Amino acid sequence: MGFLTQRRDRQLAAMQAAGRTVGRSLWQDALRRFRSNKAAMGSVFVLAFISLMAIFAPMLSPHTLEDFYWEYILVPPTLENGHWFGTDANGRDMFVRTFYGARVSLTIGVMTTAVALLIGVTWGSVAGYFGGRIDNIMMRIVDVLYALPLLFFIIILVTVFGRNIYLVFIGIGAVEWLTMSRIVRGQTLSVKQKEYVEAARAIGLSNLVIVRRHVVPNIIGPVIVFVTLLIPTTILVESYLSFLGLGVQEPMTSWGTLISQGAASIDTGPWLLVIPGTFLAITLFCFNFIGDGLRDALDPEGR
Amino acid sequence: MLSFISRRLAIAVPTLLVVIAGSFFLMRAAPGGPFDADAQLEPEVIENLRAAYDLDKPVMEQFLLYMARLLRGDFGPSITYTDYTVTELLAIGLPVSVKLGLTATAVALLFGCLMGIFAALYRNRWIDYVTMSIAMTGFAVPAFVVAPVLTLVFGLYLKLLPISGWNDGALQNMVLPVIALALPQIAILSRLTRGSMLEVMRQNYIRTARAKGLPEYKVVAGHALKAVSLPLVSYLGPAIAGIMTGSVIIEQIFGLPGMGRYFIQGALSRDYPLVMGTVVVYATAIILLNLLADVIYGYLDPRVRRE
Repeated sequence: MGFLTQRRDRQLAAMQAAGRTVGRSLWQDALRRFRSNKAAMGSVFVLAFISLMAIFAPMLSPHTLEDFYWEYILVPPTLENGHWFGTDANGRDMFVRTFYGARVSLTIGVMTTAVALLIGVTWGSVAGYFGGRIDNIMMRIVDVLYALPLLFFIIILVTVFGRNIYLVFIGIGAVEWLTMSRIVRGQTLSVKQKEYVEAARAIGLSNLVIVRRHVVPNIIGPVIVFVTLLIPTTILVESYLSFLGLGVQEPMTSWGTLISQGAASIDTGPWLLVIPGTFLAITLFCFNFIGDGLRDALDPEGR
Repeated sequence: MLSFISRRLAIAVPTLLVVIAGSFFLMRAAPGGPFDADAQLEPEVIENLRAAYDLDKPVMEQFLLYMARLLRGDFGPSITYTDYTVTELLAIGLPVSVKLGLTATAVALLFGCLMGIFAALYRNRWIDYVTMSIAMTGFAVPAFVVAPVLTLVFGLYLKLLPISGWNDGALQNMVLPVIALALPQIAILSRLTRGSMLEVMRQNYIRTARAKGLPEYKVVAGHALKAVSLPLVSYLGPAIAGIMTGSVIIEQIFGLPGMGRYFIQGALSRDYPLVMGTVVVYATAIILLNLLADVIYGYLDPRVRRE
């Protein structure tokens, strides 16, 4: 026994001397597992590429969102005349429009998810941490809202209050927080009963410190997974609204708006539907793969 | 079971009231009104019009008047379709949406479950890969992209099916809208079924059923299916909501005279009674169908009845 302990101590000392950490934390483990997931890693690169294009393509292109090229109306995609993705019925360059639409769609996806995250985490953690009557009332409210046709509310909201892009953020965010609050509440409830929280309370730590040091790090995994799955959902809802003509308004554009215009001219210019539709689909695919990859990485036993 | 149903009903009624009050006050809180577009009308005429639709009264009184009429089954007159009451418009739109929605639900359940079950039974074989690719595509390619592509291929290139119109619900007019509406749900249902089926087939009672020599189809049909159906039933509520909201867009794309069209047109032209009418019908349908899903779940899993 003494020999084994000695050997282990020497190994530890050697590893520490070499500057390596001995144990791996949950996060390092998760990162390693995530890196070995090819579909998820590929999706990260594709999404990064689309995001970079969304930022830089409209800046670097010689065309702008509102340049009308009357000599190039409904030109199919080609490498010859500088309109790589073709032009639309008004002679506007589709390359710029597609990546400008990416800007708007991705921004809306991230911003509305942030709104949903803020409301959902606050609501769920308060309900879960305090428990009892407060929890009961707060979760009944969530139950009632769950049963409502909330997309109809968003439609009423944007039609009667004008088609304002910030209203779209808030409207979608205010609807999509429900599942988030349920997840956070469940996690908080289970973490709250763990021995280490009791121990923290026993040594006299304040509520705030307990929440920050013990509760938040332990509920953050499922929340991250849900966020990556919520972003594509909100992008879809925005496209849905824009398709109905209720989302982003001209001259601004989003993938939903482009798809709507493409669908209207599908017989004369199929590429007007196919190009933004493909980018939307690829983006949704990628978020989905990343979400699945994160779930597997953070919760290896959940499978 | 009866007390379980009555408890659920007790939640359903206030929920419906919240929907009605919420959408009513939301619309009245907005600036502008239904007669804004009629700029050529004299102010006195607009005043009379507003009085005719009770819009000159305080909002609270309008709400009580509306509720009183609603309890008698009267949705009021439409503002944009001046010759119709909302009830008449709903009588035109509702059957179209119901037929479309029910067919799409049936198609989605049938194909979603079958695909999921076979994908799980033949895991990591070609049938699994095909099903999961369809599921991924159905998730990532939204209905409003699928629908125009379908009309382009089957309507304009192959000339097999009409590209739009209802034609009293003739089969050839139903095919494309139903596919476009069912596809996203097929995608989710087949993934759910596959996951649930894989889980169930690992259980001990399945091993027991096999061990006593039952043929595989009896193991699946007699022992696995009931357990597999539980997560599906709990997904029914969101599925129904998804098909209803999807129907709004599908009706728009294919030019079908359903509820969704009246809802969008009503919202755009501030036709308060028409929007309220459609919202009330949608909300009632969603709440009732959720209730039905709960009851089925309670029937299949007795534990939830005693919560």
